[in-house]
Amino acid sequence: MTAPTALLRLDEVSKSWSGRPAVRGVSLEVRAGEAVALVGESGSGKSTVARLALGLLRPDGGAVAFEGRDPARLRARADRAVRGRLQFVPQHPRGSLNPALRAGEAVGFALRAHGVPRRQRAERIGELFRQVGLAPELARRLPRELSGGQLQRVAVARALATGPALVVCDEPTSALDPDTQRRLLDLLTELRERTGTGYLFVSHDLAAVARFAHRTLVLRAGRVVEQGDTRVIWDEPQHPYTQALLAASGPHVALRDPSGSGDPQDQQDPQDPYVRTTEPSEGPS
Amino acid sequence: MTTNRRTLTIVGALLPVALAVAAPLLAPADPDAGHLADRLLDPGSPGHPLGTDSQGRDLLSRLLWAARPSLTAGLLPVAVAALVGALLGIAAGLGGRATEQALLRTLDVLYAFPGVLLAIAIASLLTPGLGSTVLALSVVLTPAVARVAFTETRRIRTAEYLEAARVSGATRPALVLRQVLPVIAPVVLTYATSLVGLAIVYAAGLSFLGLGVAPPTPEWGAMLDELRPAIFTHPWLAAMPALVILAVSVLYNTLGGRETQAGATPRAARGGSRAQTASRAQAASHPSAHPDPAEAEA
Repeated sequence: MTAPTALLRLDEVSKSWSGRPAVRGVSLEVRAGEAVALVGESGSGKSTVARLALGLLRPDGGAVAFEGRDPARLRARADRAVRGRLQFVPQHPRGSLNPALRAGEAVGFALRAHGVPRRQRAERIGELFRQVGLAPELARRLPRELSGGQLQRVAVARALATGPALVVCDEPTSALDPDTQRRLLDLLTELRERTGTGYLFVSHDLAAVARFAHRTLVLRAGRVVEQGDTRVIWDEPQHPYTQALLAASGPHVALRDPSGSGDPQDQQDPQDPYVRTTEPSEGPS
Repeated sequence: MTTNRRTLTIVGALLPVALAVAAPLLAPADPDAGHLADRLLDPGSPGHPLGTDSQGRDLLSRLLWAARPSLTAGLLPVAVAALVGALLGIAAGLGGRATEQALLRTLDVLYAFPGVLLAIAIASLLTPGLGSTVLALSVVLTPAVARVAFTETRRIRTAEYLEAARVSGATRPALVLRQVLPVIAPVVLTYATSLVGLAIVYAAGLSFLGLGVAPPTPEWGAMLDELRPAIFTHPWLAAMPALVILAVSVLYNTLGGRETQAGATPRAARGGSRAQTASRAQAASHPSAHPDPAEAEA
């Protein structure tokens, strides 16, 4: 299923915020049609990696290449074909859509940026809405008139509008309730199988990505501490930090993991939210 | 309820404009035709409901005709300032640090002068007339609007929807016009509305000083100047243009204030909560209190 060529490649990428390193020497690869998860707690640098991959930020060191091009240097008009193949689904349902634009206008904006003529836009918006499981009539709604799950579906529709080869999702499910979360993941899985789109999926929740991602990278304090096949990481986490993340995913997960019996807590920051959190979340069934 | 309130606001804002447009139909006499025998007739005189001026010209007719240049000088600079200020504010808000500093510090220089003095200084450099009044007031009002637009743009600068729009390959003009402007427009327009009353008073002040519309064209500020010598002999006559200036500026201030409180412009009603827009408009305009709408009522 995976083509051998890397679609997106980060090579020893680093980024600091006013002297404080946020991302330190991260390398990763996403191949066509592959879903790669990047997990870590808040502040681990995963959102920064997502923005570096998208070209929204320039790395201080290392190199980012999407289809062999540096995404931060793509020009709006001349490189829009390449630009359209690398898309983004942001984290917050309320923040990911412009409050002053109707849902259809948000998708239409992306179509317009890619030179789709006005006459064809309305039809394409309708198609895209159906594709993400939304009634086309919702295109006339404003963001405040839509639910969180609907908003994220619009954000997915906007990302799909330009025919992407890779979609970077920055915790697209974290603000949703478990049921809506699961349905959005099902949608992304279905779209990947149907269109062969690759995903770089950023999340703090290992359980949320376990069913979705082929490979997983665990990020801590800006460094990749563990990576590999998602199933392997899920079943036999090697790094104590990964074990703690898994333990935080839910009590049933912790039970499955005998080695996660309290040791990880000794190695965590006292304010690490994941160590103490025991609230159940949606695990794989 | 909302619709009614908005309708009332729009009707109120358009009323003076309608009177100005309909001046030829409403004015009982030729505003420029004077009869020296009828000089300085008090309000209520037969045939001259508001009296006559020192050249025997019908005051009601002149006040109606004067609404044209006076309102032009009040409304046009605000429109110019809203447009130019919004674009400058967005440029400063989205641009790099150098652009931001260059624009904001330039605007600060204009801020350093009291609004009236700056308007007088600019107008006195130009040929007196409606055009120079509009230009002078546009320059005076623009920095305040730009500040509001800048604050609003900074607020949304890192919004995820702007990142997504950038990733979709939008050009910068498309980003500004189709993503940023719709979001900040409600706040900028609300603030601009509150400047109309001020602009009308400033414009009247300029023509009172002889820097605005040239006689014999009727204009409220110029008429006040013409009737000034009569202030002790015919105080009610001299008060007429002053009362019109007061009434119109209070009207626009009230409308602007209502809109600021309700935060209700069409896009705002669509965009976010009203209370938010209102408090943002007030908060955003606060540090730039220099062209203070309250001055207009003083």
